[in-house]
Amino acid sequence: MPTVSMTVNGAEVSVEVENRTLLVQLLREQLRLTGTHVGCDTSQCGACVVHMDGIPVKSCTILAVQAADADVLTIEGVADGDTLHPMQAAFRENHGLQCGFCTSGMVMAGLDIARRFPDVDDATVRRELSGNFCRCTGYHNIVKSIVAGAHAMNEAGG
Amino acid sequence: MGVDGNYKWVGKRTVRPDGTDKVTGRALFSADSSMPGMLIGKILRSPHAHAKIKSIDTSKAEKLAGVKSVVIGKDFPNLPNKTISIGILAANFSEMSDKLMARKKVLYDGHPVAAVAATTSAIADKALSLIKVEYQVLPHVIDVDEAMKPKAPLLHKKMITVGVDPAPTKASNVASRCEFGFGDLEAGFAAADVIIERTFKTKPAHQGYLEPHGAVVSVAEDGQVTIWCSSQGQFMVRSYCARLMQIDEAQIRVIPAEIGGGFGGKTVIYLEPVAMALSGRAGKPVKMTMTREEVMRATGPTSGTSIDVKLGATKDGKLTAGEAELRYQAGCYPGSPVGPGAMTAFAPYNLENVKTVGFDVVVNRPQAAAYRAPGAPMSEFAVESVIDEMAQKLGMDPIALRELNAAKEGTTAPYGPKFGPIGNEQCLEAAKNHPHYSAPLGPNQGRGVASGFWFNVGGESVASVNINTDGTAVVLSGNPDIGGSRASMAAMAAEVLGIDYDKVRPIVADTSSIGYNDLTGGSRTTFASGMAVCNAATDAVDQMRTRAAKVWDISPDAVEWSEGHARPAGPNAGDFEPMSLADIARTSAKMGGPITGRAAINAQGAAPGFGTHIVDVEVDPETGHVTVLRYTAVQDVGRAIHPSYVEGQIQGGVAQGVGWALNEEYVYGDDGCLQNTGFLDYRMPVASDLPMIDTVIIEVPNEAHPFGVRGVGEVPIIPPLGAVANAVSNAIGVRMTDLPLSPPKILAAIKNGS
Repeated sequence: MPTVSMTVNGAEVSVEVENRTLLVQLLREQLRLTGTHVGCDTSQCGACVVHMDGIPVKSCTILAVQAADADVLTIEGVADGDTLHPMQAAFRENHGLQCGFCTSGMVMAGLDIARRFPDVDDATVRRELSGNFCRCTGYHNIVKSIVAGAHAMNEAGG
Repeated sequence: MGVDGNYKWVGKRTVRPDGTDKVTGRALFSADSSMPGMLIGKILRSPHAHAKIKSIDTSKAEKLAGVKSVVIGKDFPNLPNKTISIGILAANFSEMSDKLMARKKVLYDGHPVAAVAATTSAIADKALSLIKVEYQVLPHVIDVDEAMKPKAPLLHKKMITVGVDPAPTKASNVASRCEFGFGDLEAGFAAADVIIERTFKTKPAHQGYLEPHGAVVSVAEDGQVTIWCSSQGQFMVRSYCARLMQIDEAQIRVIPAEIGGGFGGKTVIYLEPVAMALSGRAGKPVKMTMTREEVMRATGPTSGTSIDVKLGATKDGKLTAGEAELRYQAGCYPGSPVGPGAMTAFAPYNLENVKTVGFDVVVNRPQAAAYRAPGAPMSEFAVESVIDEMAQKLGMDPIALRELNAAKEGTTAPYGPKFGPIGNEQCLEAAKNHPHYSAPLGPNQGRGVASGFWFNVGGESVASVNINTDGTAVVLSGNPDIGGSRASMAAMAAEVLGIDYDKVRPIVADTSSIGYNDLTGGSRTTFASGMAVCNAATDAVDQMRTRAAKVWDISPDAVEWSEGHARPAGPNAGDFEPMSLADIARTSAKMGGPITGRAAINAQGAAPGFGTHIVDVEVDPETGHVTVLRYTAVQDVGRAIHPSYVEGQIQGGVAQGVGWALNEEYVYGDDGCLQNTGFLDYRMPVASDLPMIDTVIIEVPNEAHPFGVRGVGEVPIIPPLGAVANAVSNAIGVRMTDLPLSPPKILAAIKNGS
């Protein structure tokens, strides 16, 4: 079995995987980072979004070996110690979740939207978020959370 | 504490206690738990819609290295074929067991026929491929109207329709007939100047919870069972598993994981007893997690329906009679929500002559499961469409027609009882006065209005409030937190105790740590479990008043509780320094021991909810695509304990209703097999499909609840189907009666004009 090395949330990891092992399986089952969720297996729902070298990817449709030498960021690595990232704080304060299952992927997608559109508005968030499903909220408070999070990041200097 | 009081925590937008866990990925959902030595369980499913199982050979699978157990139907207890009530649920465990694992026949594409547990997921997959099942394929039927025809293939050869007198002598796919109503229909229609008759169809819709079903089950050597799973009721899981597997409830401990959405679809179980059987045989814990394909093929959805509506009115807009026949797909065994569909159909209206007849029909599809206001969205879609058409025929404003005929306090509901105080008229008035209702429309745009009604329910709940010696409190309740209920429980407890919200820690307790609770459903949790929490907090307050009375040597009746302090009730009680909750808690060891408030209730007095929605759509005449431009939802919730989560429930219900109205449907091939088993082509709304959803909360308090709660979650999924269909119909000038309103149907309607 191949061994893949990568950086996950700032830490070097080296893991033995099968060729068919998906990145999400490596994260959830081998590294026990269960904050990345699997909702659909087929890359529609976005509950599994992580960042790979700064780009959001659906970890259910990336092979672990494709992530070799990559810098992977999961929801567990977003906060700064005990301090929530402004995007996480925005979801919490704007009630941008009900059941919370989609939230990890929403925060990861939101971070990327904020990076690309620092002054983002509702319409842009809705357009950019079409790869992430939520079945609870009707997206209303999620859109508000991402806009608030992006603006907070902007004020904090990115 | 009156229902009109000004509150410190109730009605405030507090941050939810589990918020940090859920934005950091720390929260544990069903698939997130693991145990040492854990095996992976998987299910082999029928590839046929309807077939006899001639033989199952599991020998090769059993011999595969790494396979630790294999089970098939005969490994599960056979149970009496009768319906048993458990709390607010009723279940036939013989049928339930056959749905978990087929015995003689498979009844739908995806019906489980065998299961394996192996050391890895890949070995479990390989083992499934080694199981040989010999089928004799039988003719199938998946459409409800086809299934009711005399020559339709029969799912159950001995099924005689219940509720028909005299009972039929021949078996059919019609499991039961129900009827509601009163008055004289003939006279009612004779008094009408205008009569409209229409037939409507809706497709099954899946609840679409984002978290697939999952469970980790450990059966120990002494038979003690521990289950970690997400469900809408840990006690439901325990009751069902105990009866299905024929063991004592006390032997099973169900630990609720966080639940990644349910919407009714997790009021039933699919995996836990199978994992129990596998774990028991293997002597190791077993984890089972469904794929999305399994979720789509073999869980939920709600019924597809076929509904006839007849409505009569005088030319000045007085409704004279309403009649409906409802035919609901139950799936492979009886149990569609046609009963509540028939009860709710005309409920927003004051009718002197009304009759609804419902048929529960089995078809070769997965068993229908509850989906938010089970049965009501379809029947009320049909009626709200005819109401809209009636308004057009009479040249009346659609809200004015609804106001003229609105059910109000004292109106006899079509299903029997008289309504108490309800907010139906207030919702209509708020909708009429909302700026949305008078905003101008552009070309190819249409506006639709619809109302909705749901009973809301109470039921059994237990809660404990433990006062800690540092002046904080832990609130235990027994309902999973699907959409913010921890926040509302903490707010209600803080309000009654008079301490800060942040000093209250709400816990969703497991089945061995708290008394029985009915599941989360029917919009009962904030009402019934909230009432239990209020009562338990009041019990704790009473104990603290008694202790203060003892210190002051006065009667407990002379001690009042306000703002978290025991105080002498007026000058006659004596002049004592108030004692805070923390003061009393600190001395609890000397004053009789720990302070624990308890409540165990069967909550009565659930009060109905009504809502009125307005939607604007634009139809692209070239593609048939519908854009939802603007949406406003008005709802009477009794009291919004946490307005943000009330609004969130309403917005979420609207989104699901819009999906049901426009896009979501099951596509079956001629072979009776489901063709759209994933989210790519089972098209749920994404953010770009929806506008911001404006909400208007009406509060007509329910006097049976300490803070006036009615319940929120069900009503908002009801009006969108009718409102969207009315809006599209008004945009294109053709009455649309067949959901979903997908582009091909709309193009055909524009082309054909009907």
